[in-house]
Amino acid sequence: MNLAYRDLRHNLGRFLLTCFGLSLLLGVVLSMIGIYRGLVEDALTLVRSPAVDVWVVESGTRGPFAESSRIPGDTREAIARLQGVIAAGSVNYQSVETLHQGAKRRLYVVGYEPGRPGGPDRVVSGRTIGRSHYEMVADRRAGFAVGDRVPLGRNTFTVVGLTDGQVASGGDPAIFITLLDSQELQFELAPPAARREIARGNGGGTTDTVNAVIARVSPNASPESVTLAAQRWKHLAAMTQAEQEIVLTQSVVERARKQIGLFTAILLVVSAVIIALILYTMTMDKIREIATLKLIGAPDRTIIGLIMQQALAMGMIGFGFGALLITAVKDFFPRRVVLQPEDGLALAAAVLLVCILSSGLGVRLALKVDPATALGG
Amino acid sequence: MADPAPQSPLVHIRNVSKHFGEGETRVDALRNVSIEVYPGQVVALLGPSGSGKTTLLNVIGCILEPSSGWVKLDNEIVYDGRWLRSDLRRLRLEKIGFIFQFHNLLPFLNSIDNVAVVLNLAGYDAEEAKRRAGELLDYLEVGHRKDAMPAKLSGGEAQRVAIARALANRPRIILADEPTAALDSQRAGIVMDLLRKVAAEQQAAILAVTHDEKIFNRFDHIFHLRDGRLET
Repeated sequence: MNLAYRDLRHNLGRFLLTCFGLSLLLGVVLSMIGIYRGLVEDALTLVRSPAVDVWVVESGTRGPFAESSRIPGDTREAIARLQGVIAAGSVNYQSVETLHQGAKRRLYVVGYEPGRPGGPDRVVSGRTIGRSHYEMVADRRAGFAVGDRVPLGRNTFTVVGLTDGQVASGGDPAIFITLLDSQELQFELAPPAARREIARGNGGGTTDTVNAVIARVSPNASPESVTLAAQRWKHLAAMTQAEQEIVLTQSVVERARKQIGLFTAILLVVSAVIIALILYTMTMDKIREIATLKLIGAPDRTIIGLIMQQALAMGMIGFGFGALLITAVKDFFPRRVVLQPEDGLALAAAVLLVCILSSGLGVRLALKVDPATALGG
Repeated sequence: MADPAPQSPLVHIRNVSKHFGEGETRVDALRNVSIEVYPGQVVALLGPSGSGKTTLLNVIGCILEPSSGWVKLDNEIVYDGRWLRSDLRRLRLEKIGFIFQFHNLLPFLNSIDNVAVVLNLAGYDAEEAKRRAGELLDYLEVGHRKDAMPAKLSGGEAQRVAIARALANRPRIILADEPTAALDSQRAGIVMDLLRKVAAEQQAAILAVTHDEKIFNRFDHIFHLRDGRLET
């Protein structure tokens, strides 16, 4: 006869309500882990999207994501000629805000040369950019549809294709336009300012500047040798893909990562305290029954089993509900929530451990119950 | 009334004293109490509040160790230093049945399982435990309520289920704490008749704490306690 099960069945409504409350808490813990993972994944999405091996940026910087970087537009030709490089492309990155259908949209603009590395890795709807000007491929999260016309700077762009999951480290959806358009958007002066520069004798200024050059390296060559070769030009710095990813995860999103990590740890501690209190209260409610069981001769292991089994049942049901809940709503979060099976398993193991440790408080109370409590009114 | 049988007593306590605290706060709950209860006897413990009745019941029930004196249950001396807490619990399970003032049935088990749980703890398999529990409920004329939860039982039915639980392991000693306090006089009489029947048929010793004057005539012997002392 399983006393734990029978007791839970008798108080099923209250038990399920407790499990539901716990599931909300564990759901929040799981979502925090998912947000943490999402933050890292978002930070790496645009870096991984072009599938390159080497990043060439302005000398003395760790751009283009961690710091601002500007290099001459003809750098790509020089990099493309390095031994081992099989493809190279110039890229620009810039954050912009625009109005679309009356709503303000924050976007992360990627400028690339169609046919060269740097464009969207997969277009899920529509097509890639086919014209050299005023076409864009936007991520679904931007809220645009194929055919929409979106003003950017002094020009209006037509959405020709959609990507899925292409976001910047800040969570802003990415849009892809041609390098020429992005240079104009980023570097071209407004007409009054341009006229002023011409009047000063500086000409209109050149817009042939890029943030970085990215390169794919032949399997026969090593990215390190290409970066060393690129760094011989004194105005350039270069890093491998792995180094660029480290810059992003350990620099750009480091504080946010630590903040969320710490908050997750605090939530786990809070969960442990709440589970311990729930179990303690559940045991307090059963003092008379425990005293009766002791009086009629139930051994300690029966009492401990009763409390531990209920603790584990509560933890597992709470975790299960929480995981289901977060899986169901994760796509409604404004930023990406990445739920990985190993994180779920780790949290389940942590919850089990917390339940076992937390039930110690209830077990201690139960073992101290005097069987004489059952006697008398 | 049944005469004390010639065999050795099932409950035999000699010069038992129990005090709580020391110095100025010392309270002597029991002072040199000696009692003998024989198989088939139904005896009552009477006394005003604070006279030591519950303390004596706890001592006999292997819940409370006396400060001095000895306790022999079914010819075995307990509290002689050989007994672990788990041994005493085992002794309670095998030899002592408890009946409480407010039945103390486990609220999450139905009537039959409240009785069967004791048999399960004693090592009976589930089927055998249920069979014997069912027989006991029939014996106590509450077999028709075997699937009812305690909250759905009347006071008399609940107390009969509690008696069935106390009898489940065929204990030699039954300790009852105000077994009829929550019942009207008619049901109190029925419960006492049941206890007398059990004592006679199973040759058990029954010791009941009671204030209930309407059942005094149903006991073989009445022990009066006052200020922890037995009055003759």
